[in-house]
Amino acid sequence: MKKKQRLKIRIIIMSVLVLLLLLLTTGAGWFAPNDPYATSAAAIRTAPCTEYPFGTDNLGRCVCSRVLYGGRTTIAATFFLVAVSFGIGTFIGMLCGYFGGALDRILMRIADIVLAFPQMVVAIAVAGILGGGLSGAMVALGITMWVSFARLARSHTFVLKNEAFIKAALFAGKSHIYILCVHILPNLLAPVLTNALTQIGTTMIGLSGLSFLGLGVVPPVTEWGSMISEARAYIQIAPWAVLFPALATIMTIILFNYLGDVIMDYREV
Amino acid sequence: MIQKALKRAAGFVVILLILSLCVFALLYAAPGDPAEKRLTAQGVAVTKEVLDAERERLGLLKPFFVRYGEWLFSVIRGDFGVSFKDDMPVGPKLFQGLKNTLILTVSSLALSLVLSFVLSVFSVLRKDKITDHLVRVLSFISNALPNFLISVLLMYLLCIRWKLFPVIAKGDLQGLFMPVISLSIPMTGRFIRQMRAEFLNQMSQDYVTGMRARGVKMRYIMFNVIRNALGHIFTIVALQIGTLMGGSVVIETIFRWPGIGKLVMDSITARDYPVIMGFVIIMGSIYVIINQISDLLGHALDPRGAEE
Repeated sequence: MKKKQRLKIRIIIMSVLVLLLLLLTTGAGWFAPNDPYATSAAAIRTAPCTEYPFGTDNLGRCVCSRVLYGGRTTIAATFFLVAVSFGIGTFIGMLCGYFGGALDRILMRIADIVLAFPQMVVAIAVAGILGGGLSGAMVALGITMWVSFARLARSHTFVLKNEAFIKAALFAGKSHIYILCVHILPNLLAPVLTNALTQIGTTMIGLSGLSFLGLGVVPPVTEWGSMISEARAYIQIAPWAVLFPALATIMTIILFNYLGDVIMDYREV
Repeated sequence: MIQKALKRAAGFVVILLILSLCVFALLYAAPGDPAEKRLTAQGVAVTKEVLDAERERLGLLKPFFVRYGEWLFSVIRGDFGVSFKDDMPVGPKLFQGLKNTLILTVSSLALSLVLSFVLSVFSVLRKDKITDHLVRVLSFISNALPNFLISVLLMYLLCIRWKLFPVIAKGDLQGLFMPVISLSIPMTGRFIRQMRAEFLNQMSQDYVTGMRARGVKMRYIMFNVIRNALGHIFTIVALQIGTLMGGSVVIETIFRWPGIGKLVMDSITARDYPVIMGFVIIMGSIYVIINQISDLLGHALDPRGAEE
């Protein structure tokens, strides 16, 4: 019991930190000290100072503002991608688990084949072929992401389907859609949501990796991976332009991974 | 047994056919015209007649399934086609790149395996002691590091701050060092987390309790635990191969390592279809074969799950 209490406190602390991060990035417009796109010939590669807390980059743009705005791009894209895969995967998994039969066999066979693809290889090829742009990178990663959600949702639906309360609902004349939405969905939400949480870190690594390769966002849109990629060229002169977005990326991924881990532990205790 | 092997081989062919068809269709439908890219790269003024002649020559005007069929049959014969960029055959380039990529990835994998094996055994033997906590924290952090970030930070620290390495590495052993470290760090973190969990799972089994009760030395217990965990470890490694392949593309691009990943990144912007297709088919085959082997090995080492 004591362990559960301790984990609960950790979850609360982590959640507060995550909320703080979301607040900082979504409210980038209020918190950013400068315009993230404004170039300044007078302030090229300035070291961190009061006006530019994280220094400036090669074009004299404020790194601090760009980190905040870039976080918005990275986090929003990650959340969107995870949410869409979550929606599609859970929907497919529920249908497969509930109705079974030919539909289940076909969809699960497709899932098997998709899983047999090397994910990052496909993502790089697809993002490259679709040609730059955040949407291309998201499609490239999303192709394989829905599968884990579908499998999880399917196995839980499979178990739930045979519970007495579902049988009772069927005898009471409720429709399949009603049962799926009201009885099955709420019961499998917790494990599938936990899976979504653990996917956030990996997705963020994948997305910023593609951006770093130039297959993600198109400049001048800010994103952490592309910021690091750009500033890498003059890291000798202005290391801060790399270090701050790098630090932001690491901290964000660690935060989400840790929250996912703690919640998983909490559910197991 | 023969039936099983045939079934696996059929699965292998089907997966590669679907994968190649998908990527081929995507290349067909995607924006960007290789004929136009090539002409502009050569500095030829792009007129409609020149463009059409070039498209005809590269075989871009044929219908989709004819093109896919032709490509498929030449790949089966071992011919990966001619580069759209410089008219050189693509096969030798791809295999030269693959050789370099294998040097990079296999040495990273070996380093990660040795490191994570030693550290996770160490961590399990001293569970909940300070070493265990240290290993867990380190593996947690390294698991969260994207490998492009590690390589940039390594470059900054080792080449610029401490001047231990030249900024532009040659293709020798010294040049291999930083790419291997960048690929290994996140992989080691993941391996440790999973190996430690599997070792602990084995430690909680009845046979370990029994051995302990009989006063068997920890050395022998650990030997049994490791042997029983081996099947699971193969699966863990096989699951990381995909990530490793993706990571090597990033790392090769950063360190200018002349592997297949750098080749494909150079080809993507030029819309060099034969190289992109060759990359997908080669990496796809390796990936699928490794997964099949790990499945078989897993069953051989732990026959309990093989009945279904």
